[in-house]
Amino acid sequence: MSNLPDPHASLRRHVHNLCAQFPNTYWQQIDAENAYPEAFVQAMTDAGYLAALIPEAYGGGESTLTEASVILEEINHSGGNAAVCHAQMYIMGTLLRHGSPEQKAHYLPSIAAGKLRLQAFGVTEPDAGSDTTRIRTSAVRQGDHYLINGQKIWTSRVAHSDLMLLLARTTPLEQVEKRTHGLSIFLIDLRATVGNGVTIQPIPTMINHHTAQVFFDNVQVPIENRIGEEGQGFRYLLESLNAERILIAAECIGDGRWFIERAVNYANERIVFDRPIGQNQGIQFPLARAHVNLRAADLMRHQAATLFEQQQPCGAEANMAKLLAADAAWEAANVALQTFGGFGFAREYDIERKFRETRLYQVAPISTNLILSHIAQHELGLPRSY
Amino acid sequence: MKIVVLIKQTPDTAELPKVAAEEVKSGTIKATMVINPWDEFAAEEAIQLAERFNGDAIALSVGAPGAVDALKHAVAMGVGSAALVDNASLRDGDIWATAALLAAAVKAQGAVDLVLTGKQSVDDNSGTVFVGVAGKLHWPLLTNVIKVREIADGVVTVERLVEGGQETVSAPLPAVISVAKEINEPRYPSFMGIRKANKASIPTLSAGDLGVVTPANKTQWTNIRKPEVRRTQVNIIGGATVQEKAAKLVDALLAEKVI
Repeated sequence: MSNLPDPHASLRRHVHNLCAQFPNTYWQQIDAENAYPEAFVQAMTDAGYLAALIPEAYGGGESTLTEASVILEEINHSGGNAAVCHAQMYIMGTLLRHGSPEQKAHYLPSIAAGKLRLQAFGVTEPDAGSDTTRIRTSAVRQGDHYLINGQKIWTSRVAHSDLMLLLARTTPLEQVEKRTHGLSIFLIDLRATVGNGVTIQPIPTMINHHTAQVFFDNVQVPIENRIGEEGQGFRYLLESLNAERILIAAECIGDGRWFIERAVNYANERIVFDRPIGQNQGIQFPLARAHVNLRAADLMRHQAATLFEQQQPCGAEANMAKLLAADAAWEAANVALQTFGGFGFAREYDIERKFRETRLYQVAPISTNLILSHIAQHELGLPRSY
Repeated sequence: MKIVVLIKQTPDTAELPKVAAEEVKSGTIKATMVINPWDEFAAEEAIQLAERFNGDAIALSVGAPGAVDALKHAVAMGVGSAALVDNASLRDGDIWATAALLAAAVKAQGAVDLVLTGKQSVDDNSGTVFVGVAGKLHWPLLTNVIKVREIADGVVTVERLVEGGQETVSAPLPAVISVAKEINEPRYPSFMGIRKANKASIPTLSAGDLGVVTPANKTQWTNIRKPEVRRTQVNIIGGATVQEKAAKLVDALLAEKVI
């Protein structure tokens, strides 16, 4: 967005060109039908974008996190919704970092080629919410397999995945020294288990998000499907979150750019009282402020990505980037809706759809309140609030 | 088999209407510059022919340093390598001088079998540079090609569009081919292709490097202007009945001498 030379201009243009195949009318129809944008996801898969972060040795693009974030940003900047497929990019990170050589060799090439979709991660539960250590889904070791029982909620894209990762308790909470211990991550093959112990129950929502409850009833998972060491799942989960935060911050930046560009065009074209409405400071100032805040959020997003790529601690920056970008996108959404007036509520203008979609990032994948708690405690040294 | 595809960098079609005559005169176009859309068809065909006949595809362009981006687009699509010919010695994009540089660049690639290019550029729209290239090389020229049927025994056989139909013709190799959009559906570059293109080293050659002197211009631009914008006016024809509306419409058309 800045006037500095953009090293990713070419990548942006290519993603933009591909997304242009899926205009706003496509997303309107998908939204109206609550359908999964299969053609779009397939096109992104075929072009290798969703395998960007997988190493070349496994058939992926071996991109930097910044490049991956540019891809997602441009999807949302085009008017699309990267949330339908973004997790295919980053959920495999846990497998890549902590999987055995056999697991990686078995799964990653097929994920990179788009033959397998791994874009669901079951973490949240109805009675645990953000208090992840209190999850109740259990995995009990029985010889060469684990027996899994429990329930997950808000597991997005699970109905459109072949594989999912699952966080489950392998040691009961009351038996562990620290509450973050005793959790483990498993790779669940949904092709074999849905209908055989795994039940997916879609949750209708205010946006077309394909999220669901997932029930596990005596599901047998081979021991070789455990990712990494038993009991270390919480640490593995935390390690995966920084990348997710930064990528989603980039999506928010894409949303914000879309809202502001749309609103500016409309403000320049819409004539009321014989002049463009954009001539009124009541319209100009909110748009200018939204633009300023978006630019600032983008700087934090890039700083967080740079730290991540340099393998430096980046938890604070990743969370701040997500908070700032989500806020900036939401501000831009509100400004755009106000600029469009009544037309903003008409579906054919897309503002209301994107408005609903970008509201999600105030809540998911992490609530902005939890980010503030984290910053207060870990960055400012204030007492733990939860 | 060695296949050369000629690429031009042109303004993004969506931004063409915004390009001012002054920008064209000064050579400083502010619009986003991209690969000429017609040349994408040629690049796609070059890639497919290279795969089909186990050959090499090479992209060449005459342009300013920024034209490397158009060549990188072709490399991202799957063209094996590319080279840019610096246009510093060119004035006003003269067609004949451009063709002379391109022909020299083709010769510099060694034993080339085919030269492919789009039917025209979206900015100058002359559709004649490839004619000059074929003339300079003294190679046969096949235009408006919609299918390369066969390449065998030193002969290329193609289907080409002609007025009111199409014809099948053959020409000895080496040859120059301009392609029409019906020939294929250009692929979107893959992410892996984009990364490969970004890492690719694309040499820049001068007329001197090619051992030629850029010919003097045969044409000169004495004036450049944009056509007048046509103003349109919308009149809604009212009336109580369809018959009345139709009658009023006919009267209006007669008054404007449309019918």
